[in-house]
Amino acid sequence: MKLLVCIKQVPDMESRFKVNTSGDWYDETDLAWRMNEYDEFAVEQAVQLKEQIGEAELTVLCIGPERVKETMKKALAMGADRGAHIADDNSHQQDPFAIASLIASFAKDKGFDLIFTGLQSQDRGSAQVGVMVAELLGIPSLTTLVEFDYTDGTVNGKRELEGGSKAKVSCTTPALVSCQLGLNTPRYPTLPNIMKAKKKELLSIPAAELNPPTAQQQTINIAPPEKKGGGLVLEGDPAELADQLIQLLKEKTTVLN
Amino acid sequence: MKTLLVAEYRDGKLLGSANELINFAAKLGGDAVMFLVGNETDLPNFDGKLYLADITQAGEFNPGGHKQLLLEVIEKEQPQLVVLPHSSYGWDLAPRLAVALQAAQISEVVEIKEGQLVVPACNAKLRRTVKATTATTVATLQSGAFTPSNDPSGNPEVIKLESGSSGDIQFHGYEAAGAAAVDLSKAEVIVSAGRGIGKPENLPIIENLAKALKGEYGASRPVVDAEWAEPSRQVGTTGQTVAPKLYVACGISGAIQHLAGMKKSEFVIAINTDKDAPIGEVADVLAVADLKQLLPILTEKLNS
Ligand SMILES: Cc1cc2nc3c(=O)[nH]c(=O)nc-3n(C[C@H](O)[C@H](O)[C@H](O)COP(=O)(O)OP(=O)(O)OC[C@H]3O[C@@H](n4cnc5c(N)ncnc54)[C@H](O)[C@@H]3O)c2cc1C
Repeated sequence: MKLLVCIKQVPDMESRFKVNTSGDWYDETDLAWRMNEYDEFAVEQAVQLKEQIGEAELTVLCIGPERVKETMKKALAMGADRGAHIADDNSHQQDPFAIASLIASFAKDKGFDLIFTGLQSQDRGSAQVGVMVAELLGIPSLTTLVEFDYTDGTVNGKRELEGGSKAKVSCTTPALVSCQLGLNTPRYPTLPNIMKAKKKELLSIPAAELNPPTAQQQTINIAPPEKKGGGLVLEGDPAELADQLIQLLKEKTTVLN
Repeated sequence: MKTLLVAEYRDGKLLGSANELINFAAKLGGDAVMFLVGNETDLPNFDGKLYLADITQAGEFNPGGHKQLLLEVIEKEQPQLVVLPHSSYGWDLAPRLAVALQAAQISEVVEIKEGQLVVPACNAKLRRTVKATTATTVATLQSGAFTPSNDPSGNPEVIKLESGSSGDIQFHGYEAAGAAAVDLSKAEVIVSAGRGIGKPENLPIIENLAKALKGEYGASRPVVDAEWAEPSRQVGTTGQTVAPKLYVACGISGAIQHLAGMKKSEFVIAINTDKDAPIGEVADVLAVADLKQLLPILTEKLNS
């Protein structure tokens, strides 16, 4: 069985974001990078399936500049067999359709039985790429999965809906699944596996070789939102903060009465 | 400019997001028509053409079939913009349409600014104004971003569609959310733990503050996913919706899905090490502090 998991490297969301000089994305200096949270569930599910099947080969794919290889190594340490790095220094300017096209173009002739993606990325958050890859490849896709089962060519899953109810869905492979938070418990790579991952194949393919399409959309402006909530911001010594908070609770609420 | 609005049914009923779609179209201006897989007993309050496919035939969750039906309507109406809610239905269906139409998709629109669509990035720390260069654009709307102040009134002119194809996904019905062991909606005070608590051993810090304030404790989703708290403690779109007198968000960044569950709280205190955390937008007070230091002191002072 051939498996593919697509991941993205994103900045830590606790960073302070500044706009870049071209005014179309965030400035990358001083950011700490990590694996997109949703993709951790995708990698874990793919590795679990590989363990279940035994005879399976799992490729991890990531698009971006050289630095994304660090995040790919984490996926390799979690249990992916090989890495396909689609080298693109300007991947942040690509729209979701272009990203999906690169992935589809890579996957087209490789006969993957199952492709795993995260539901969305934490930075761009479009929730488009996975479904688009499946549409471009002409295979079914199940999105927003919080439960996954594969048996004999059939994927059974549960999609999470608003309010916490779930929709039970299934399709046959080849297929793509997009993974929601909580699908499983992503493992932490162990030290021996981190060492082993260093020896795994990690090939770089220039994005241009995969014929990316022209952009369908442009960012015309990016900026922090205008502050609307005129909430009070308190800083300083914890003991003083505690006193200030209690004072506010007395003045503004009835909960201490 | 012509817009096609795609309303959503769940469990045999029209969802309230239909009103948000109608309000969005009114703000944008131009003509609007609507599409719905549903039935005639529960229709949107929309003055205009409504293309209706029968839900018993077309299926409630059948994205491939719904896509085919929509493509027929789009062929006939030639809209420049197709709009869906950014919901589990919308974000699943929209990219299928966008690929078929070779249309750009703009996800989770929060605002229309000078005719352009604005979307969030990086957990709402940034906002991006986007322009599509394709003839047709597909857009999804963030839940709550276009809620009208008054529900629209109106009666659609129904045009029935012949049921579509079955698609390549089977839908086997719903599984209800587990019954809530704790009903947070009744609590007057809720102190919620976010991922910022760092480890499950720190949960008592939150519980103790909740006790000192005679309230319940809640949690954000990662805390529940990591099994540090039970699912019934989760606040947000996929958890409980609460409106206590006091909500204390501890180590919670303020993702839209969390805010949707607590923004109606009367008074909100956020405790966060990140001064820029989006929770600051809805908080009456943001105390910039490490919760592990501040909460025990606060609890002690409240108890004495
Ligand atoms: C379809 C869908 C549905 C979802 N439904 C829900 C839902 O119902 N409820 C929900 O909560 N989420 C939901 N989410 C997830 C949501 O998008 C966020 O991922 C989640 O709310 C983040 O939780 P958090 O704020 O606890 O964690 P994070 O975003 O990781 O934030 C942690 C915060 O803690 C702060 N912090 C760190 N250390 C400390 C410290 N020592 N002291 C003080 N502060 C500290 C950080 O600055 C940061 O702001 C959903 C997502 C999707 C896609």
